[in-house]
Amino acid sequence: MVALANNVVVHLARHKVSTAAALVVLAMIVAAVFAPWLAPHGPNIQFDNGLTNSGLPVPPGRVFPLGTDLMGRDLLSRMLYGARTSLVVGLAANAVAVFIGTVLGVVAGFVRGIMGAAIMRFTDLMLAFPALILAIALAAILHPTLWIVIAVIALVNWTWVCRVVYTQTIAISEREYIEAVRSLGASPLRVVLRHLLPHLVPTVIVWGTLGIATAVQLEATLSFLGVGVQPPTPSWGNIIFENQAYFSTAPWLVLLPGIAIVVVALAFNLLGDALRDVFDPTSRSRS
Amino acid sequence: MLNSVPKSTRPVRRVAAVVVAACLLTGFGAAAAAPKRGGTMTVSYQNDVSTLDPAIGYDWQNWPMMRVLFSRLLTYKPGTTDLTTDLAQSYTVSPDGKTYIFKLRPRAKFGNGDSLTADAVKYSYERVVDPKMASPGQAFFHSIKGYDEMVAGKATHLSGVTVVDPLTVKVELSQPDATILQVLAMNFGDIVDPAVAKKYGKDFARHPMGSGPFMLKEWVPGQKLVFVRNPYYFEKGLPYLDKVVFDIGQDPLVALLRLQRGEVDLLGDGIPPAKFVEVTHNPKWKSQVVVGHPLETSYLTMNTQMKPFDDVRVRRAVNMAVNKKHIVRLINGRGHPTDQVLPPGMPGYDKNYKGYRYDLKKAKALMKAAGYANGVSTELYVYNTDPNPRIAQAIQADLGHIGIKVALRSLGQAQVISAGGTPKTAPMVWSGGMAWVDDFPDPSDFYGPILGCGSAVKGGWNWAWYCNKDIDALAAKADTLAQPNEVQERLALWRKVFGAAMHDAPWVPVFNEVQYTMHSKRVAADPANAFSDPGVFPFNYARIYATDGK
Amino acid sequence: MIGRYLGRRLLLGVLLLLGVTVVTFILLYLLPADPARMIAGRSATAAAVERVREQLGLNLPLYQQYLHFLGRVLHGDLGRSYMQRVDVSTLVGARIWPTLQLMLASIGFELLLGVTSGIIASLRPRQAVDRIAMVLTFVGVSAPQFVVGIMLLYVFAMYFNWFPMGGYGSPIHIVLPALSLGLLGSGWYSRVTRSEMLDVLSQDYIRTARAKGAGPWRTVMIHALRNAALPVVAMIGMDIGYFMSGVVVVESVFGWPGIGQLMWQAIQSVDAPIIMAITMVSAIAIVMGNLLADIVALFVDPRIKLR
Repeated sequence: MVALANNVVVHLARHKVSTAAALVVLAMIVAAVFAPWLAPHGPNIQFDNGLTNSGLPVPPGRVFPLGTDLMGRDLLSRMLYGARTSLVVGLAANAVAVFIGTVLGVVAGFVRGIMGAAIMRFTDLMLAFPALILAIALAAILHPTLWIVIAVIALVNWTWVCRVVYTQTIAISEREYIEAVRSLGASPLRVVLRHLLPHLVPTVIVWGTLGIATAVQLEATLSFLGVGVQPPTPSWGNIIFENQAYFSTAPWLVLLPGIAIVVVALAFNLLGDALRDVFDPTSRSRS
Repeated sequence: MLNSVPKSTRPVRRVAAVVVAACLLTGFGAAAAAPKRGGTMTVSYQNDVSTLDPAIGYDWQNWPMMRVLFSRLLTYKPGTTDLTTDLAQSYTVSPDGKTYIFKLRPRAKFGNGDSLTADAVKYSYERVVDPKMASPGQAFFHSIKGYDEMVAGKATHLSGVTVVDPLTVKVELSQPDATILQVLAMNFGDIVDPAVAKKYGKDFARHPMGSGPFMLKEWVPGQKLVFVRNPYYFEKGLPYLDKVVFDIGQDPLVALLRLQRGEVDLLGDGIPPAKFVEVTHNPKWKSQVVVGHPLETSYLTMNTQMKPFDDVRVRRAVNMAVNKKHIVRLINGRGHPTDQVLPPGMPGYDKNYKGYRYDLKKAKALMKAAGYANGVSTELYVYNTDPNPRIAQAIQADLGHIGIKVALRSLGQAQVISAGGTPKTAPMVWSGGMAWVDDFPDPSDFYGPILGCGSAVKGGWNWAWYCNKDIDALAAKADTLAQPNEVQERLALWRKVFGAAMHDAPWVPVFNEVQYTMHSKRVAADPANAFSDPGVFPFNYARIYATDGK
Repeated sequence: MIGRYLGRRLLLGVLLLLGVTVVTFILLYLLPADPARMIAGRSATAAAVERVREQLGLNLPLYQQYLHFLGRVLHGDLGRSYMQRVDVSTLVGARIWPTLQLMLASIGFELLLGVTSGIIASLRPRQAVDRIAMVLTFVGVSAPQFVVGIMLLYVFAMYFNWFPMGGYGSPIHIVLPALSLGLLGSGWYSRVTRSEMLDVLSQDYIRTARAKGAGPWRTVMIHALRNAALPVVAMIGMDIGYFMSGVVVVESVFGWPGIGQLMWQAIQSVDAPIIMAITMVSAIAIVMGNLLADIVALFVDPRIKLR
């Protein structure tokens, strides 16, 4: 364990990009956790001078460093608070989705047979499942919370991971060396862990990071339909969603949260690559 | 009236009247040249037209369309809300106010050349009342004799509508009805071609045939509709245009860009809010902007059967705490703050009415008196389409100042309507996007369905669940005053009704909306306010002409 | 062999369709929105609303309503829209072909942009080209559809005047909407292609092939690309289902008469017959898309056997 930690530190020290990525991730988490202390204003305070006389938002400037939104609220403060919702959704919901998808995909692809077919047909079922209708039904029955959003996103997104992991697992399982390892009497679990998973890590990283961006956006749609965080609670997704029609009038309202999403997802991507190098030194030759 | 198809991008409306003759900013005033004939106009709409069957259509988009595909016994003088004859050449009313006799225009014809006779009138009215039709306009005909029997399925015809001869129709009422002529001037009073309606049955919606200035030539679902001149139209010289093309499916923002490039002549969905300030402040485009004033009130309901709003003091405090001026600024000034139920321009609107003033101190005192000195939590339901969630957030902040902690429920239109109409479910509802706009310019339309005891039921539209039997009795009395010499007495009664209702404060009336749209320089209108004609709000397609026509 | 496999998959597909309709039907039933009230209009009396409810059969118990629905569907009748009062088959039918066209063109752009950039990035891992591709990928995936669509419209239709301002009809109309969707979705293809290529390129036998002097392009094309194709094919299969359920925003920016706008309106107004029909269409697309992907995979990698 200590050695591993040591590995991480050594690696980060050697690689500037990975270090920067780690710092960005850390900064985002700090921003979310300490939003009440960092934010210059309350996220929901509607400032009278936050709107022009004709009711338009104010561009970034001295009073409002990142400008205001259509309600005259400070965008910087809203983005800091919004990080809470968006990071939880982007990381938790997406992580659950990727985990379920990977596990089921590997099982279906490795075990195959009836079990595999059953999993894959179940995946089809979930893909065809009308998630938005479910969301609306839940919105009407339950009080809106973030947990429903996380559940719905996880429910929707794992299927994609599962199908891709499934095809990869099949392809890898058919490779000669896996057959060779198996014929030498290695236990299936060992084959999966030692010889299969390392090849799937890149896929997991792709989904785990690009998925952050899509989950954050999906959260906005679900909240719009009434299941997620309700106004005035900010999230990066709903800041973009609410203001996108105004992007030629007030581009900062779309650009800044958009950049935040890209930066977080990218940082996790770089960090993922770095961690893979740490855990699997041979991969460096691969990538 | 509520349209039956929720529009996702724009507050819902269907209006049959407008306050002031609009067109403030257009350059087509008295100096406008004589209208020309010929030419084509392209109108943009985001959503496909739901139906063109006048027994069914009930939204802001299809209403003005059916207005020009069909004609009816009565209509409004162009550019006004004054009733005038249309298909009827003349009519008489019996002294007891229960029998109307209409003389039809001779030689009136449908677009396919079929003659329009009294039989078609009887057929069209019965079609709306027929329970199999499930028409949203059915109940408007309730005062016609034989209505109840037909609705209950005991009769297949309306006994109160008689064909005297091919050009004479007699309409008998079971009781005097101050609004019946207005009802016959609605689209539910449109005369359809019986032969075509029978041929297509329920698909008449896609194959409408009437006797209006235009007829439907083509309808490609989700893409476009084409209206062409009806060669048999009875009013000489109309319509001005040969053809109107409705371009369907594009976002209003793109529609605006296309108008600015000259590809579109009229924005059916209006100026998108995101571009509103930019366009109206730009000298280049300003002259092409049209202003309309629907007879509409946007309001906040408080459920009088739920805590804390069962206490009139709390409801009054809320009335004093909502900062209406700020809300109007939020929507870039596209509205006027109001304190009463009726919109200005509606008969019965009380110019001298003094409502609740914005007064936080008094509001706090009232909250304290009601026993909520330490605050209280509640919920506000709102339709999830911009600008409604923003307005709800402003109300939320305002009420926070007097200790009312409001949680928002931002949902689809159908769900908000359902919550409002379910007992003890929605403590507050913001009406925006579902706000009450008139069916016809008469105050009765703003009481019974939204404030009367009869609508404080499950599935009703009285979302405040307000019921005051004394006021109900006053309202009932007002509606029996149907004689022309009783008009003033009737309006005075209605003023009393709304004044008394607001004393109980079931609502916070917030603003009357003002609508803005835009047309290209290629088109003009005569009268100039045909772009926001109060009789067929918003567009009188038959009276818009192409400046490059003949 | 393949016949039996296909038969089994299609049979399961029918079962899946049945399952999805049951679930959707129940969810719509649970929704507190009263279609009878919406149809009867706001001035209707309670009795009138009740009559409408009976006419629609909405007063019946849930299971009877479902059986009626099923019976009608088996006779090819998808019912009538509550709001538009037109046969649903007309409304949905008119939008299927445009949706299919947009789907094919968008997937084309996704592959063109995604696979190409993925291959290029994988040949120079962690160098400038790879890094730039990575950033663009994340920007593409994170960008709001509306903004991307409008930007393309501004640049290529308004400024350069190369394309029409939206609409449907000639092949030129499809370019911008498909390009928007291609830009938004290509990131996934790019990243997956890249990581698969890298994985294969590091295999011993590829290294051997390279060492033996086979040119880098030959190795890449023959060995690596074939393996990288498998997940890409799986993703195409799923994209078929995704695009067939409609892409609301891009459709409305470009005025494309696809299924997405119809579905979105139906969801907002709880127009159950339309929702049911479109859910079935997209379920069929998902089953067919995935089946197609599984079959194509057989040809891409002959080692895979049918199970």
